[in-house]
Amino acid sequence: MKQAEFLNAVMPFKDKLYRLAKRLLVSTEEAEDATQEVLLKLWSKKSAMKGYNNVEAFAMTMTKNFCLDRLKSKQAGNLKLVHSNYSDDSSSLQTQLEARDSANWVQRIMEELPEQQKMVLQLRDVEQYEYHEIEALLDMKPTAIRVALSRARKTIREKLIQKHSYGNG
Amino acid sequence: MEMDNIEKLLERYFDASATVAEEETLRAYFSKDDVAAHLEPYAPMFQYFSNAKEERYTKQVPLKPSVNFNKWGGVAAVAVLAFGVYFGNEYREQQIADQEKARLAYNQTKKAFALLAENFSRGTEKVAYLNEFEETKDKIYNNN
Repeated sequence: MKQAEFLNAVMPFKDKLYRLAKRLLVSTEEAEDATQEVLLKLWSKKSAMKGYNNVEAFAMTMTKNFCLDRLKSKQAGNLKLVHSNYSDDSSSLQTQLEARDSANWVQRIMEELPEQQKMVLQLRDVEQYEYHEIEALLDMKPTAIRVALSRARKTIREKLIQKHSYGNG
Repeated sequence: MEMDNIEKLLERYFDASATVAEEETLRAYFSKDDVAAHLEPYAPMFQYFSNAKEERYTKQVPLKPSVNFNKWGGVAAVAVLAFGVYFGNEYREQQIADQEKARLAYNQTKKAFALLAENFSRGTEKVAYLNEFEETKDKIYNNN
């Protein structure tokens, strides 16, 4: 497989890989590194790639596993993930501005969700995958996916309503 | 009427039983400006999801054709090695044969020299007789 061919095959979903990585790892740099790592791994397996009937699903699963491994090794090494893209704007003025920008709240709330709920929510509500695709990607039972998704959505709703009432009151 | 529908869809949405198409309807509704007041708190959620999908991975990935290179590198190395073993062996055998030849030549020469030496010593014995003759001759001369 030539480089151009590979890029054509990978182009349509490389952003999805990156967004999933960023959802899990939070930091932009970490997510970029993870995406690059996954793409390079795919490139090194490019001869076998034609054998996979769904390269995108394969790559998404790779990304998920890679990020979860990253998170695990970070925890084992007792290191906190660097939220470099947020650490700058921690001043009170910025927080006030962010309070008005409700979409940012959703992102904050999502960061606090458990990994599995994050992934399900990301795959369903951001990437709009069908349930059977999510089952295959995350290796989860259909009911488990629905429960996780419902919980994640309800958590966001509750927190948003909390914020909203603060804003009004 | 549309309101009822949206509320029903929202309910299904939070139970995670809505289809992708239904969720799309919700996203479309909340992306508009005229969201009903009591549904306002949900708007950021759907707006955020739509925005989140716009994020792009812009970094260039350095794809090196290193795999191919390594493969051919390996082939070349093996070829050189096989070449070396094959011709090296021939060279060694050649050397051994040369050594053998040299040893043979040396042995033969030694034998030849030994023969020569033997004959020489036999020659000296004869010369000893000559010496005897010389002495006798001297005696006769001296007596006269």
